[in-house]
Amino acid sequence: MTNKTLTRMDLSEAVFNEAGLSRNECAALVESVLQHMSDALVSGETVKISSFGTFSVRDKAARVGRNPKTGEEVPIHPRRVLTFRPSHLMKERVAAGNK
Amino acid sequence: MIRSELIQKVADENPHLYQRDVERIVNTIFEEIIDAMARGDRVELRGFGAFSVKSRDARTGRNPRTGESVEVEAKSVPFFKTGKLLRDRLNGK
Repeated sequence: MTNKTLTRMDLSEAVFNEAGLSRNECAALVESVLQHMSDALVSGETVKISSFGTFSVRDKAARVGRNPKTGEEVPIHPRRVLTFRPSHLMKERVAAGNK
Repeated sequence: MIRSELIQKVADENPHLYQRDVERIVNTIFEEIIDAMARGDRVELRGFGAFSVKSRDARTGRNPRTGESVEVEAKSVPFFKTGKLLRDRLNGK
């Protein structure tokens, strides 16, 4: 375990090493991938990346929540949430790498 | 949307790149995220979300069909938390 945090910069560096394009262009490509995925999800589509995982949007009904500190009831409005289901391959590699 | 449709969208925006190069680029991004998590690293993509690894303790599970108890080993699992911007966009904010 190295316990680092990677960012967009690290992903675009990986693309840079792979593609032989300028660093700016690699950064733009990473951004474009994230943007297209976000747009599809916002429009309600499921994004299914084989051997990576599936992002899907679920509707949550309204419910009454409670402020755990004050005990006060607060309404929680209906909302859309994103869930990610990792592929088997991802689960296996993450499990094997962090034994 | 599936992987090939995502590749197509990125390819349409970048007519100067070969489709097979776009394919390699998109695959590299996902591969890099999995590699990072396999090392125990986090991948934080502001506005989109963060991928991290969570540990699950060993537990005694049960075969739902036979009711038999089985020991489940401790393991690490991938976890994704949606970013604030995307969460807000999903809710029309």
